[in-house]
Amino acid sequence: MSIEVKHISKTFGDFTALNDVSLRVNDGELVALLGPSGSGKTTLLRIIAGLETPDPRADSAILFHDSSVSGQPVGKRQVGFVFQHYALFRHMSVFENIAFGLRVRPRRERLAKSEIQDRVHHLLKLIQLDAFGNRYPSQLSGGQRQRVALARALAVEPKVLLLDEPFGALDAKVRQGLRAWLRRLHDEIHLTSVLVTHDQEEALEVADRVVVMNQARIEQVGTPEEVFHRPASEFVIEFLGQVNIFHSRVRNGSARLGEMTFDCPSYPHPQERPATIYMRPHELDIKRQQNGVPSLEAEVVRVNPAGSIAKISLVTRDGHEVQVDLSLERLQELNLGEGETVFLYPKKARVFVPHYVI
Amino acid sequence: MNPISKNRRSPKQYSVLPGFGLTMGYTLLYLGLIVLIPLAALFLKSSQLGWDDFLKAVGNPRVVASYKLTFGASFIAATVNAIFGFIVAWTLVRYQFPGKRLLDAMVDLPFALPTAVSGIALTAIYSENGWIGQYLEPLGIHAAFSPLGITIALTFIGLPFVVRTLQPAIEDLQRENEEAAASLGASRLQAMLRVILPAVMPALLTGFALSFARALGEYGSVVFISGNMPMRTEITSLLIISKLEQYDVAGATAIAVVMLLASFALLLAVNLLQWWSGQRYRGVA
Repeated sequence: MSIEVKHISKTFGDFTALNDVSLRVNDGELVALLGPSGSGKTTLLRIIAGLETPDPRADSAILFHDSSVSGQPVGKRQVGFVFQHYALFRHMSVFENIAFGLRVRPRRERLAKSEIQDRVHHLLKLIQLDAFGNRYPSQLSGGQRQRVALARALAVEPKVLLLDEPFGALDAKVRQGLRAWLRRLHDEIHLTSVLVTHDQEEALEVADRVVVMNQARIEQVGTPEEVFHRPASEFVIEFLGQVNIFHSRVRNGSARLGEMTFDCPSYPHPQERPATIYMRPHELDIKRQQNGVPSLEAEVVRVNPAGSIAKISLVTRDGHEVQVDLSLERLQELNLGEGETVFLYPKKARVFVPHYVI
Repeated sequence: MNPISKNRRSPKQYSVLPGFGLTMGYTLLYLGLIVLIPLAALFLKSSQLGWDDFLKAVGNPRVVASYKLTFGASFIAATVNAIFGFIVAWTLVRYQFPGKRLLDAMVDLPFALPTAVSGIALTAIYSENGWIGQYLEPLGIHAAFSPLGITIALTFIGLPFVVRTLQPAIEDLQRENEEAAASLGASRLQAMLRVILPAVMPALLTGFALSFARALGEYGSVVFISGNMPMRTEITSLLIISKLEQYDVAGATAIAVVMLLASFALLLAVNLLQWWSGQRYRGVA
């Protein structure tokens, strides 16, 4: 089932959580809402669920499968909601937790006892906790609890699955495993899902599409590849992964940084303006010798080869810190030592001219 | 299995706050002086009666009637408090409204007032020509000088116990739990009965037990409104006092021993119930 929100705003007192946000999630898609805390991503999720009501506006709408659900309370929207802190009922066993949504149905819609049992056992198998039905939430690890919370949400066969930072409270290792598991699960059941996260790695790894949010607005919507490689704004490029930032001047469609020039077709005017140049750590190469092409001279401060790539920290002549990622083979070739002077060659760079008011 | 048991330290283990021996010794001495010795004296004194006289003193029909009244009225009062105290505590924790702090402070009034003062006030209001009593009387309800009056007085003095024990428990409730229940299709009533009530049940039982225990021992506020009619509106505390006034100390202590044992048994039962309702999911939160 598709989800669409149109012109949604939400204010809490003086604080604007959402400012005229519109978004469409297609049927069967897994979309991640990504942003720093306070960007409005959780509020948007809660409004979709019906746990929060948007500010009244004539043109605002929340549509499930193209029909409005604005007036429906959360219980009628057939959404499965998974909370960051699991929100399991701690006086109920795992089995009872999962069965809860089935047992509170009105009598004439309620399944027979044996059917409820079958469905709960099926879900227990799905979350790989077959033997844990009689345990209580306090006897489970964080990752197990979150899986139970997910099974509880799935038990009522929701049309939409909404996850609010589901792995936020877990260890990095557990989070990694659950992330992959969630993606596999989604590939199996194809339930339209919206996942809120502030972890860009999580969003890029799990989601079909990523919605980057900042200050109550959507900055960019795109596939993980698009938002990472073709960021639409300075915020997106700064938020998604590490990036080196250089301040320069731009005119006539090119920005200058030392002897280097970078194309900036979005600013063809002759009047000079400040501009920001962004380069990701893997978009720079290090050479020991200059080869005639303009480059940036820098001193190696630290070499950290502990990982699948080597992380090199350098400082340019004018005291600017730069991070470069090299493959381990390349590092071996270069045989870099701390304190040595080298030359940086950008392979790729993006120039943004900040908006200005005349 | 149980993470708590691992942390339980034996007295010999190293601790950053030493002094277990000293504080434990003090605790035992204090409890002995303040609680155990007077209670032991009670048993000793009543034993002067001899078995036959003891049974006669505690089995007297007038005394038995007073047990029934005291325990019955206390039980009803504690039950009423458990229900309405829950509503009061819920309102005070969950909603913001002008005058909230004033209302919150008012809950403690029954704690602070001398019980005789509340007794006089209640009697004045509920007697035949009192503010409320004058409207009840034509309906055939005698609020003052009746078991009903006693129950009203016991409800009054027991309310703060329920409210004050429930407030922190309700504050601790996670709203996400209610939202989860709602998103799973539970109605408000279902969320209340299946999610909220079980979570606050231990606190509710504690509040009930405290309110009940307080009502059993109440004297000051009841003697005015009860009218003290033998067999009808005499509470046990009153009988003990009147025995003492007749210099029948042994008889008074005999009744007191019965009260003590009954109260102890009841509190133990409530504690067991509370332990049972809470033990299943105790552990790391």
